[in-house]
Amino acid sequence: MASNKKYWKSEAELNPNDSIVETLRHNEFVQDIPVDDFLGDKENLASSSTNRRDFLKYVGFSTAAATLAACEGPVTKSIPYVVQPESIIPGVANYYATTIANGYDFASVLVRTREGRPISILNNTDSKTNGSANARVNASVLNLYDSTRLQGPTLNGEAVAWGDLDAAVKMKLGSLKGSGKEIALLTQTYASPSTKRLISEFKDMYGSNVNHVIYDTISQEAALNAFEKRYGIRALADYDLSKAEVIVSFGADFLGDWQGGGFDAGYSKGRIPQHGKMSKHIQFESNMSLSGANADNRIPLKPSEQKVALANLYAKLSNSSVGGELSEGVKAALDLAVDKIKKAGSKAVVVTGLDDENAQAIVLAINEMLGSVSYNSNEPILTRQGDIKAVNALIDSMKAGRVGAIFIDGVNPVYSLPNSDEFVEGLKNVSLSVNFSTNENETTSVSQYVAASSHYLESWGDVEIKKGHFALTQPTIKELFDTRQFQSSLLKWMGSDKSYYDFIKETWASSILGGSDWDQALHDGFYVKSKLETIVDDVIAPIVVEGDSEASLSPVPLASSLRALASASNSEMELVLYPKTGMGDGQMANNPWLQEFPDPITRVSWDNYVTVSKSDAEKLGFVNENVANGGLDGSYAKITVDGVSVDKVPVIIQPGQAVGSIGLSFGYGKKVGMKSEMQTGVNAYPLYQNFSNVQSVSIEKSEGNHEFACVQLHKTLMGRGDIIKETTLEIFNTKDAKDWNVQPVVSLDHQEVAATSVDLWDSFDRSIGHHFNLSIDLNACTGCGACVIACHAENNVPVVGKDEVRKSRDMHWLRIDRYYSSEDTFEGDNIKKDEFDGLTGDKGSLGGFGELEHPASNPQVAFQPVMCQHCNHAPCETVCPVAATSHGRQGQNHMAYNRCVGTRYCANNCPYKVRRFNWFLYNNNDEFDYHMNNDLGKMVINPDVTVRSRGVMEKCSMCMQMTQKTILDAKRDGRVIKDGEFQTACSAACSSGAMIFGDINDKHSKVAELKESDRMYHLLEHVGTKPNVFYHVKVRNTEEV
Amino acid sequence: MKKVTYRNQFSKVLGVNLLVCLLFSANLFSQDEGASAGDAAKGKSLFNQNCAACHALNKRMTGPALANVEESIEEEGLDREWIYAWVKNSPSVIASGDAYANKLYNEYNKAAMTPFPTLSNEDIDNILAYTAAPPPAPVKAVAPVGGGENASSDNGFSNELILGALVLVFAMLVMLLFMVNKTLRRIAEANGVVVEKEASEVRTPIWKAFVQNQFLVLVTTLILILCGAYFVYGYMMQVGVDQGYAPVQPIHYSHKIHAGDNKIECKYCHSSARVSKTSGIPSLNVCMNCHKSISEYVGNPEGPSQDDLANGRTNEFYTGEIKKLYKAVGWDESTQSYTGDSKPVEWVRVHNLPDFAYFNHSQHVSVAGVECQTCHGPVEEMEIMEQYSPLTMGWCINCHRETNVKVEGNEYYEKIHAELSKKYGVENLTAAQMGGLECGKCHY
Repeated sequence: MASNKKYWKSEAELNPNDSIVETLRHNEFVQDIPVDDFLGDKENLASSSTNRRDFLKYVGFSTAAATLAACEGPVTKSIPYVVQPESIIPGVANYYATTIANGYDFASVLVRTREGRPISILNNTDSKTNGSANARVNASVLNLYDSTRLQGPTLNGEAVAWGDLDAAVKMKLGSLKGSGKEIALLTQTYASPSTKRLISEFKDMYGSNVNHVIYDTISQEAALNAFEKRYGIRALADYDLSKAEVIVSFGADFLGDWQGGGFDAGYSKGRIPQHGKMSKHIQFESNMSLSGANADNRIPLKPSEQKVALANLYAKLSNSSVGGELSEGVKAALDLAVDKIKKAGSKAVVVTGLDDENAQAIVLAINEMLGSVSYNSNEPILTRQGDIKAVNALIDSMKAGRVGAIFIDGVNPVYSLPNSDEFVEGLKNVSLSVNFSTNENETTSVSQYVAASSHYLESWGDVEIKKGHFALTQPTIKELFDTRQFQSSLLKWMGSDKSYYDFIKETWASSILGGSDWDQALHDGFYVKSKLETIVDDVIAPIVVEGDSEASLSPVPLASSLRALASASNSEMELVLYPKTGMGDGQMANNPWLQEFPDPITRVSWDNYVTVSKSDAEKLGFVNENVANGGLDGSYAKITVDGVSVDKVPVIIQPGQAVGSIGLSFGYGKKVGMKSEMQTGVNAYPLYQNFSNVQSVSIEKSEGNHEFACVQLHKTLMGRGDIIKETTLEIFNTKDAKDWNVQPVVSLDHQEVAATSVDLWDSFDRSIGHHFNLSIDLNACTGCGACVIACHAENNVPVVGKDEVRKSRDMHWLRIDRYYSSEDTFEGDNIKKDEFDGLTGDKGSLGGFGELEHPASNPQVAFQPVMCQHCNHAPCETVCPVAATSHGRQGQNHMAYNRCVGTRYCANNCPYKVRRFNWFLYNNNDEFDYHMNNDLGKMVINPDVTVRSRGVMEKCSMCMQMTQKTILDAKRDGRVIKDGEFQTACSAACSSGAMIFGDINDKHSKVAELKESDRMYHLLEHVGTKPNVFYHVKVRNTEEV
Repeated sequence: MKKVTYRNQFSKVLGVNLLVCLLFSANLFSQDEGASAGDAAKGKSLFNQNCAACHALNKRMTGPALANVEESIEEEGLDREWIYAWVKNSPSVIASGDAYANKLYNEYNKAAMTPFPTLSNEDIDNILAYTAAPPPAPVKAVAPVGGGENASSDNGFSNELILGALVLVFAMLVMLLFMVNKTLRRIAEANGVVVEKEASEVRTPIWKAFVQNQFLVLVTTLILILCGAYFVYGYMMQVGVDQGYAPVQPIHYSHKIHAGDNKIECKYCHSSARVSKTSGIPSLNVCMNCHKSISEYVGNPEGPSQDDLANGRTNEFYTGEIKKLYKAVGWDESTQSYTGDSKPVEWVRVHNLPDFAYFNHSQHVSVAGVECQTCHGPVEEMEIMEQYSPLTMGWCINCHRETNVKVEGNEYYEKIHAELSKKYGVENLTAAQMGGLECGKCHY
């Protein structure tokens, strides 16, 4: 039984009277091009000073001039190296393993360089520790080429030499030594063994008054405290979700940035149904997060209610009881969760993102109690070590004048501290402030010295991502500017002439490698200590709390925590602050790729916003509407927390947002040092009172309307259904594939026949040579968007800016459509209500009641990456008047830009709406001041892919340049190509295994096997396009469809 | 079109004779001087094989200048035995604490001389003979006897002259006729003869007839338009095709001397053509592999050709270009070391493919085994590098249609070639049949 659910992309689509949405469904443009307005205006034409003759003169002259100018070819210079480095061959890419560790994102990556300049970031697939680069990490290469980067150290805004800075700092440090005044180092989390040693040596040198304060912009204080109390180490528990059969999450967006992120690969592994089994994921949360969107059961709950629910879960698991009020639906959901957890036993895992130490402690206890195999406290995550108490103490000391010098690295406290006023005030009492930063920002503008620091691709470094899991950062390019990294400066100030590289090598030789080869570790980019070694090194045993070991089932030691949780105070409106997938904590806000990256859930780019539930929005008078040009407009809100208010926050009505809660993302609203186009959104940090991401809040409507650049209604499929196919695990296991993966039929001679059997065209023989196919598994795709940015970087996709995106002129070759679904009609609801029988199961009232209220209150979500489908019978190819787009034997749909004359027939005729038109010249054009208009930004351009000009169509090429490169390499070596060698940018970036690329003529390849799967289907199969991209039916582990 | 100078056989013979005489006399000299005689001719070839990489006769290079080395050694109070020992194993001489050896070692940047244990004493004698009395510099070219070339250029000149004269004669004839006619008429008039008008009034002139015949006008116009269009099209298709483009380069680099005269393999300098999409302009350190020891151009023994001289390309000119290289790479000849003060050479790119066309050298050079000359023309004959092929798409495609894929011994092609050749029913597949005409193979 195929689901006959209604799919919708925007809340507005549910309103049958919305004429604009209706128009958008059928037309690419809501408005006609106003030709008549212009030509019909006789008066205007008559009064124009340019008459027809003049016009012809101009045309004639410019044509003649252009013709003459074209006769002379430009002289191109070719400048070889004086001494060519041995490792560089012009035209051949080099790869270096390195690690990003910017305090927020930590990942082992491969950097691809061409002629010595890094051009893209790839996954380091050898590293199993934290091997996936998310969208931000993929985009981080562009920050290296940011034209607004600091190009050298400054003193009060004036350029200064490093030597002078060093002298001044050394003098000050010397005078502070033993003076009793504090020397403060306020830094990001490094998790770096070498930096740790370096700072301790610095302490040895300048006395005990050196105070190293670690500050995480977005704090994990509660989780860190809970883990520290239990295990004695300031770290975060690690989870391997691939081993979990049941995952219950209380507000933990583990597919996002929860605990530093990186859990999606493991999660996706468990989500692909194999042998009739897949993991069950139940999510209690308030904002619609990526994790919630992927969950089988999602229960929207305010954070305070989540706490009560968590307390009850614990109580139920330990067969006790605890107070706290919960609604029927939630109770039912809890019962379901308890039931599943008990069944799964050690194969279950509970996680929480609640910013509450009690909640975190309870979760640790539950996982221990379950003996969860996914739970790992022996190798905890070390990438968050911030300490809020220390930060606050530092601010107090600064205000009291007890701090003599402060060195800031990797953080921007003036922007990100909720109490940044106090920090600025305190900074005035500090006689020396040195701020390491790659860009000008809010903190550099109030610091004395700004020490221009190097980008991570220009730096040395090391990091211990998890206990015993080490990684190395190596420079992939020489410093572009006169910059120096923090650690090198510390070494200088300690009077050492050692380089930081030597220092790291020493550290590794003495305490990490234990005889292993340094060169090998550097080559791999990571080093994992064997288990035995780790255990011998540091025994992490649980701190024995009374009766903990034998009475782990008893709630006694946690009783106080439980009570506190169960009686969590409930406020009328709760604000949940969260990091957005594209922006994180905001340190890469000057990155145009990330700004233009549409949020996976809301599909809004270039903005942050407050997400409000439909019913709250109606209560408060917020509206979202689509205006005539197809753009989305929203009301403004004023949000007040504890007397601090942020005004003019745009409102997005978010399906699935828990009633009584609102969400707002960090990372936006930066002003200092930003290009004007990038100064988007509002700053949420002032609302981050006491570093708690949950706030009691008051919200009211504000004047005016905000214009969003939201792509969710763009490129619609013109009302053709069956884009998403989904089913439940039960049906998947019990029924035939033809029931849940319905093959479309068409009428031929008044007979219904399979759509694939009828064709307008003859098929070509594609059995010889390579035939590329891309498989996309809707079960494994989490919607994380790493592929979108990877595609941007690989294919030189231009950034068009907010105004253009609003006009649906975004250039993403790969979009990730997000569909909401719920019951189709209210009649369906009525029938369903009448048939309610019990709480759970097919006819359970669980979730059912929620859906009855309004379809938008808690929809199911599906993500679907859509790029050019490379149809074997492509509709675009037949309509091109100049044969600019044609088909290759290897299955790729080619696009010859130089041949294209821009009629856009192809885009019109494409049923998948994947073709993009260059409305403007996006490179070398200062109207588009992003990165393609300056020499620095252009260094990121991939030299193997044409930079398109104005007036031509472009689209996904299935990374032709990559497949051709693979073939050429094999030809040169005279060998057969192995499976897995063929990759596209998106499939290489996909760490969750949702995208698999390969040659289906190689019968042993993974993709050939996937094509034979029962779950395989093509988009719009009945159109008869025979695409080379195929999808896998989404299977939900639920009872109801 | 230039003709190769036919060199005078006589002068050649003369030159060789002279050379032999001089060599012979040198031998006599050395026999007089040296304790044991050596064969300078053998010595020369030994010197070139073993020593020339680091030593020159009259110039300090990696090692000292070796002209009359024995004399200078004797000044130090050392004899030939010392030289034998030094050449055969210099490190041991240094290690033995020999004062002069250590002085030399330190003076030349502590670069020990490669030991030559294979050289016999006799060989070393021969080399010493050569260094003591080097053969004279090659005989400067005897002023070329202007045989063939002059004649040929005379011919060209006279042809034009004759043609011009003919035209002149023709014009004079026409004028004469006209004048005769005029004079006759005048005479006739004077004699009172009325020259009758011809029946021209009756017959319409031909142009009028043509104008009146509309069909003819139409046809002619059409033909004119078509012809015009043909030529305009032909002209337009030439826009942007830079065949024959031979820009002046910052350093006059002669492919003729390098690839032609000295037969240096193309891919020695353009090494990335094997593995990369670009052939790569060699970096200056590649030039210095040879030019560290070749600091001046001595040309061919006969001296610069007529053509070279006409263009000012004397030996001194070429040596000057080598100095430009030294300046760019920062090579100090006097100390034989790099100063570190370098400046990249800004070559003018000759072959400019448009950005939207992807071309990969290694595909053609390594996989297909295409000779460089197939596309770049007889580079080894080019004094100034020029674009030989049109580099148009039509040109690419033609070659893809005509060229067979080189599949022998390449495992990659095994399966696909077997299947495809069966499908097309051919023995050997062309690049086009292999898919080399698909748009996306070169445009992405």
